[in-house]
Amino acid sequence: MPLPEKPIPDLERDAGGGLMHRRTFLAGGALAVGASAVAGLPSQASAQGAIGPDQPLWMKTPGAPFRGYGLPSRFEEGVARHILQPYGELSPGAGVSMTPLQAMHGTITPNGLHFNRSHNGVPDIDPDGHKLLIHGLVDRPLMFTMDQLMRYPTVTRTLFIECSGNSFFNSNLFPEAMQVPVGMIHGLVSAAEWTGIPLAILLDEAGIKGEAKWILAEGADAAGMSRSVPIAKCLDDAMIAIYQNGERVRPEQGYPMRLLLPGYEGNMSVKWLRRIKLTDAPTHTKDETSKYTELQPDGKSRQFTYAMDVKSTITRPATGLAMQGPGLYEVTGLAWSGNGSISKVEVSADGGQSWAEAALEGPVLPHALVRFRLPWQWDGGPVVLQSRAHDTAGNIQPNRSDWSRQYAAGQLYHCNAIQSWSIAADGEIKNVYS
Amino acid sequence: MSIVRTLSIAVGGALLVGTSALAGPDLGQEASPEEVAAWDISVAPDGATLPPGGGNAQEGAAVYEAKCLSCHGEEGASGEGLADPLVDGIGSLTSEQPMKTVGSFWPYATTLFDYVRRAMPYEAPMSLTNDEVYAVSAYILARNGIIGETDRMDATTLPAVEMPNKDGFMDYSARP
Ligand code: HEC
Repeated sequence: MPLPEKPIPDLERDAGGGLMHRRTFLAGGALAVGASAVAGLPSQASAQGAIGPDQPLWMKTPGAPFRGYGLPSRFEEGVARHILQPYGELSPGAGVSMTPLQAMHGTITPNGLHFNRSHNGVPDIDPDGHKLLIHGLVDRPLMFTMDQLMRYPTVTRTLFIECSGNSFFNSNLFPEAMQVPVGMIHGLVSAAEWTGIPLAILLDEAGIKGEAKWILAEGADAAGMSRSVPIAKCLDDAMIAIYQNGERVRPEQGYPMRLLLPGYEGNMSVKWLRRIKLTDAPTHTKDETSKYTELQPDGKSRQFTYAMDVKSTITRPATGLAMQGPGLYEVTGLAWSGNGSISKVEVSADGGQSWAEAALEGPVLPHALVRFRLPWQWDGGPVVLQSRAHDTAGNIQPNRSDWSRQYAAGQLYHCNAIQSWSIAADGEIKNVYS
Repeated sequence: MSIVRTLSIAVGGALLVGTSALAGPDLGQEASPEEVAAWDISVAPDGATLPPGGGNAQEGAAVYEAKCLSCHGEEGASGEGLADPLVDGIGSLTSEQPMKTVGSFWPYATTLFDYVRRAMPYEAPMSLTNDEVYAVSAYILARNGIIGETDRMDATTLPAVEMPNKDGFMDYSARP
């Protein structure tokens, strides 16, 4: 690690509870770590002397040969998605698998850990038997084979997808905070580098009629998932995604292709896409009336709540992990907004009385996950850690009580409330409401 | 995404092909009206795509008992370990325990036909005839007290059904 050129500042306090300035690690911290590492090595090497029986086994036997498709280390087997099936064996394909955020770092979700929400299982689609129809209010209805679509120009973007039901464990469905790993609370968000065909190109080829104001997008799964999307979004930044982190979209993510609407609630990015109908009004499908709508205390429901609101959570320390005694920690987590880019993330270690600005790991991309970090000196006493994200549209993440008040009892969608982790003196981390 | 914006502006002019790097190769095959009709299974509130056929609640009871009861319970009431209830909750939306069902929450009866035809019964979607879908939809509407036992649901009557919560959703038309 290169040494900083300017003088190393003292560990600087930036807010209560031991939060330090966001540049502390980059300056003073780096030097301290570097020094101890260098001090440790030579003595160890000289004590062991020449090559001999003390060397690790994996240096003395040939490693595994090559394999076609790589897998994680067998020692990482415990890193797996959290699976919830609300209907159990009755309807096993309705439910979720959630990204284990507590076990992960960076901002990209490996394809095997991307969350999956499906309503009647993951279909096993043969791409040669799958077509896409574009029809309705168009000059000429068009049918595309997969091979034809593979010849279209593409765009590539790093984007998050968040289920509108993400964080339901903190919603009005649970008046008492539940003690589950952070991945189970917030793991219905994932991010990938998606490559696909701008939807505008295909719609243009079909010829959009003036009266067309919406599309209906329909999937080829056993739930026939279907959602209405305003035409403006389709012409702006919607794509038909064919690749996910460089490989073909996984079956759970809509193989051979899915709609992808940057920033919008995940359910609208219809997977296993097979049909797009241009319409003058929304179709009011089951999953945009009965479900994925938000009932308010006055009995009226919000409908077509497209964008996922500004949100963040600390992923470390967080539930699912344990503290290792007092001392220096890096608080880190993820922030995102469906309304643009993250402009700022603040962290509090005193239950929201004071806030310190976290460092954002660049590049900070719109509609993508952003990693934030902040050094924190834990004195071993009980604290409540929180993060609060701001976006470029001027939105700020609300307290849980303020979020909760907007909706009727039992409502769960679009929960972007501030996450609070209480840390006890014994190091136990708990989900708490504030 | 500025490239696509540029494209959609270019769409206004007729000379799109060749003027934008993102123009498509125009490979789609024109679909015939029969092909489109076979694929177009969605039913909007205007009911324009509802198929011929029909049925009433009395006929629907048999369909329900054979194909739905095991998961949605006696007369749609659900139960321990079962799937969503299809009845009750009318008037509960402003209460301490709102209950959302087809009867209490759904704004349009057409959605019921659309959804049951495409997705139910859960283990055999798209296995019901159009008459069966009309009849079982009538059965669910009748169990909610929205229509009578012998009211026939078809392409004309179903879109005309007034659901209790038809005005329960906020205006979205001002949105982008
Ligand atoms: C094997 C179990 C099973 C059977 C049989 C079954 N359903 Fe369902 N049904 C479900 C599940 C599970 C859901 C929720 C699906 C989801 O998550 O999208 C559901 C949802 C529904 C809904 C939407 C409820 C709401 O309020 O959103 C309706 C309506 C419905 N079913 C009607 C029927 C009808 C009619 C039949 C018989 C023709 C039927 N179901 C048979 C399991 C079943």
